[in-house]
Amino acid sequence: MSTIKHHISDPLMAAYAAGNLPYHYELVVAAQISMSDEARARLAAHEMAGGAVMMDSAEADLSAGMKNNVMAMLDEPAPKDVSYQKSGVFPGPVMEALKGKPPKWKSLGFGVRQSILHADKEGSVRLLYIPGGEAVPEHSHEGLELTLVLQGSFSDETGRFGVGDIEIADDDLEHTPHADPGEPCICLAATGAPLRFKKFMPRLFQPIFKI
Amino acid sequence: QTEYSDQTVWMLAVKNNRDRVAFGMIFDFYAPRLKGFVMRTGVSGAQAEEIVQEVLLTVWRKADQFDPHRAQVSSWIYQIARNRQIDVIRKESRVMPEELSTDLKDEGASHEDASQIMAVEQEAETLRMALARLKPGQREMVEKAYLGELSHSEIQAETGLPLGTIKSRIRLGLEKLRHELKELRS
Ligand SMILES: [Zn+2]
Ligand SMILES: [Zn+2]
Repeated sequence: MSTIKHHISDPLMAAYAAGNLPYHYELVVAAQISMSDEARARLAAHEMAGGAVMMDSAEADLSAGMKNNVMAMLDEPAPKDVSYQKSGVFPGPVMEALKGKPPKWKSLGFGVRQSILHADKEGSVRLLYIPGGEAVPEHSHEGLELTLVLQGSFSDETGRFGVGDIEIADDDLEHTPHADPGEPCICLAATGAPLRFKKFMPRLFQPIFKI
Repeated sequence: QTEYSDQTVWMLAVKNNRDRVAFGMIFDFYAPRLKGFVMRTGVSGAQAEEIVQEVLLTVWRKADQFDPHRAQVSSWIYQIARNRQIDVIRKESRVMPEELSTDLKDEGASHEDASQIMAVEQEAETLRMALARLKPGQREMVEKAYLGELSHSEIQAETGLPLGTIKSRIRLGLEKLRHELKELRS
């Protein structure tokens, strides 16, 4: 847990604490917090700031009978919520997105595989599996890209990222991440728009792979 | 023998003894503030009350998840309130981090560490004072951020709030807990 070097930025953490990140980014942030005490403590600090804002809000009058209603409901059965625990390299939030099942991988060629967890017009989040030494296809981003390492490590023009590290890449970054030699690198990656891979695959094929 | 805040005392009574009187105190203290807070996001009074009702029921039902070594009652309730609001607004329910292992939670419950709990409360008080001292414009930005009205790119990294010291304190608490648990097992 002490080896994590690349953390979630404060603006991202504040937006996460406020529940103001779209689902695909939120999943990556929640996964990283699950892997790191440092991140968990930073989230707690932001929630404390949120609590302070809440406490300083002007009080509003409650309608008569509201308290009695709530007190009378205390014995009602609580809705059951399922919580997912870490399984293998996948932290609880990823297991939740997978609904407790192993990922369904689709080949992208050269041993690279992906499993899309969620995609809509706001963005997408996927698992990527890159054999040691292989490159992630060159691509550019529309909007922010968050990449969290779950197994192995990768390097690109900006540095090296190991288990629990998160890379925050802006629109203007054009990079060629490659898995470091050794065990396959498994990442959780979210982007604000469909990834545009450049050389690896003709654009024609993109709709098929949803990338 | 301790000088916990009233809110923490009530919440621990709810958590440990399912104390309804203490829950009533929490209701009286938090419900009007919560309603005011929720209404600041543009929600109508009636809908705000529905949210507040759900939040307080969650406080009762999930009281065992409240950990005073890591969170002040207000920050714990803030998080529940934002969850509830997101679930009302959004199609996908909000993704939360994995809960700490039950081992860690049990250990935390059986070894109530008063100095850690007091320290967390003090940090929260320092934070509230820092918030009150911000220049009006800056303060408005911070409030908007935690009301969920600013995107991450609109939030300025430097909020002027002493979040670093709080983080270190909470992190120390977490490390201590893991360490004690290890000793207990070996
Ligand atoms: Zn969506
Ligand atoms: Zn990229």
